[in-house]
Amino acid sequence: MKFISEYRSPDMVGQYLEELKKTVTRPWSIMEVCGGQTHSLVKNGILNMLPEKIRMVHGPGCPVCVTPLNLIDKAVFLAEEKEVILCSFGDMLRVPGSKKSLLEAKANGADIRILYSPLEAVKLAKENPDREVVFFAVGFETTAPANALSVIHAHRLGVNNYSILASHVLVPPAIEAVMNDEESNIQGFLAAGHVCTIMGITEYYPLVDDYRIPVVVTGFEPVDLLQGILMTVRQLEKGEAKLENQYSRVVRPEGNPEAVKVIQQVFKVVDREWRGIGTIPLSGYGIRKEFEQYDANLKFDVNIEEVEESKECIAGQILKGIKKPNECPQFGKKCKPETPLGAPMVSSEGACAAYYHFHQAIQDLETAM
Amino acid sequence: MTDEKLKMQLSCPMPKLDFDIITLGHGSGGLLTNKLLDSGVFDLLSNDWLDRRHDGAFLELHGQTAFTTDSFVISPVFFPGGNIGELAVNGTVNDLAMCGAIPAHISLSFIIEEGLPMTEFWDILVAIKYACSQAGVQVVTGDTKVVERGKGDKIFINTTGLGSVHPNASIDIGNVKVGDKIIISGHLATHGIAIMSVREGLEFETQIQSDTRHLNHLVKECLDEFGKHIHLLRDPTRGGVATVLNEIARDSQLGVDIFQINIPVHEEVYGACEILGLDPLYVANEGIFLSVVDASIADDFVKKLQQHEFGQGAAIIGEVVKEHPRQVVLTSNIGGKRVVNMLVGEQLPRIC
Repeated sequence: MKFISEYRSPDMVGQYLEELKKTVTRPWSIMEVCGGQTHSLVKNGILNMLPEKIRMVHGPGCPVCVTPLNLIDKAVFLAEEKEVILCSFGDMLRVPGSKKSLLEAKANGADIRILYSPLEAVKLAKENPDREVVFFAVGFETTAPANALSVIHAHRLGVNNYSILASHVLVPPAIEAVMNDEESNIQGFLAAGHVCTIMGITEYYPLVDDYRIPVVVTGFEPVDLLQGILMTVRQLEKGEAKLENQYSRVVRPEGNPEAVKVIQQVFKVVDREWRGIGTIPLSGYGIRKEFEQYDANLKFDVNIEEVEESKECIAGQILKGIKKPNECPQFGKKCKPETPLGAPMVSSEGACAAYYHFHQAIQDLETAM
Repeated sequence: MTDEKLKMQLSCPMPKLDFDIITLGHGSGGLLTNKLLDSGVFDLLSNDWLDRRHDGAFLELHGQTAFTTDSFVISPVFFPGGNIGELAVNGTVNDLAMCGAIPAHISLSFIIEEGLPMTEFWDILVAIKYACSQAGVQVVTGDTKVVERGKGDKIFINTTGLGSVHPNASIDIGNVKVGDKIIISGHLATHGIAIMSVREGLEFETQIQSDTRHLNHLVKECLDEFGKHIHLLRDPTRGGVATVLNEIARDSQLGVDIFQINIPVHEEVYGACEILGLDPLYVANEGIFLSVVDASIADDFVKKLQQHEFGQGAAIIGEVVKEHPRQVVLTSNIGGKRVVNMLVGEQLPRIC
């Protein structure tokens, strides 16, 4: 596939690995913020190709992992008690709520549908005028324009039986939360390429300056990731802290102004709870007053009891890179992909599932050999 | 639809009937059921056993016999490249082939949701007839039930099959040994992606068609030539190739190494997997099979497959090793290694 295969070239990968080996002289901890990057690192087996001195920490950029428990309970409640057609991206379905996941609710008869685009949900609402359709709008800045557009679209079409359960989270405040944690030992960041495609890169200058830390906007293919890591390591070795853009073939410094305009039209920045981490100020999107009729939170009387997270799950420490998944006492014991205690074990992008599936197993292999 | 299938359909025009949908009465066992069966079902599938119209078929079995059953609940019932009818025949035929058997007789059982248009039922029957004649099997007994609207998904089909085991065959997980080569007969994920492309809410435009087809003739030719050197045959349907490889590793207590660079996936299928966030290793297949064979015949085996219409994409994708017992390890295109686990639940598309 053109524009993909070039970035999966074994020769190029070999060259970057060689260069990395030459460049790195000390141990460094680098966090890849985005779950998509974690997925690619793991899927391509890059983690065990890197020089030992480079430790990649899987960050909080997995939307499935950071969507709060309470919100999943709300989605289940809407689907079961309010009998709405609840639409969601696929991998949200398996995330455990306090009592059940959406997948279990579906099995119990709730009308839950997997969609790729929120615009499909608007179409569904139009086709089912006597039903309420709710889209579970999770994700980072990347999915926000499409979700915002669905609200605008419904508004224009006069579709009144459509609303969204918004749980958008933002990357820069998450990086800040990681850096503010005293236990954190992250020395450089790979920023999420696709988020920057929308938002541009200017938001990251203050982070680089305030925390004196290299941030490299990075893509998702093996060559992208290795180039991003190399750029970060070069800065670290030289003692620099700059914002660089590895993914310049996709990310323009100003981002996508049209998409940002759509986001700003529908959403406003609000405090947001992150599963496993807690509330981070000004770290998410909520729906503006002008569009509040499309806010499922207001449209339906959703009185859900706040339930505390399982004490056994140390997701917060893992998402901030303080602990590795295999340092959790329940890892691979009580907590497995088929019986997850917390969200990072659910999505293939989640740090714990990634570790469980790939990293840990490879280590086992190496010790066994 | 291929020309041949189209021809088949034209040569089997639907009989004129005084009903155009299937109703509860058609499953009652009484007059309406007989009317439905007499309307052309029996004529279409006619053979000595079925024509007796008894409660069951009388069969002569000789030697070791393989016996298998499978239920088909696919949605949508009609998909690019086929429908549930041929899938139901090919599925059972292929399961028998994976036992090293020569499929001969199948049973055919329908559970129909009332309201199914007769034209659709007829198209399914014609597809069944077509698939049976291609595979060389006969429907010798069957059943039809109708359930109320909302209690089925248009139509469910169960087929059960019998076939004599090929005299040269020795298919057993116990035969799998270190050094054996793992061979796939064709491109991965084609069927699963074709189905996905017409699922509600996920529709996307594509030319990808299901590769559902009978594999028994190809398997028989391989058994004729390579016999006991073929240690295991598996049909990587639901759960995909990754799941079957994990089962092989688990049941043999050995390790499995596979090499991404050798795994055949059609470019457009690969593209669809990229967009949907799916891993082709976990996507369902229909028209391919996985063989574990003695290393000494591996190259000849692949050549043999490649000469056949249904084995053109054949390739050696891996081998059985003594390291990492019970685990499947993939070497990625760029040389990285990762463990390939069994599919947990259904493969769900990723957000980003």
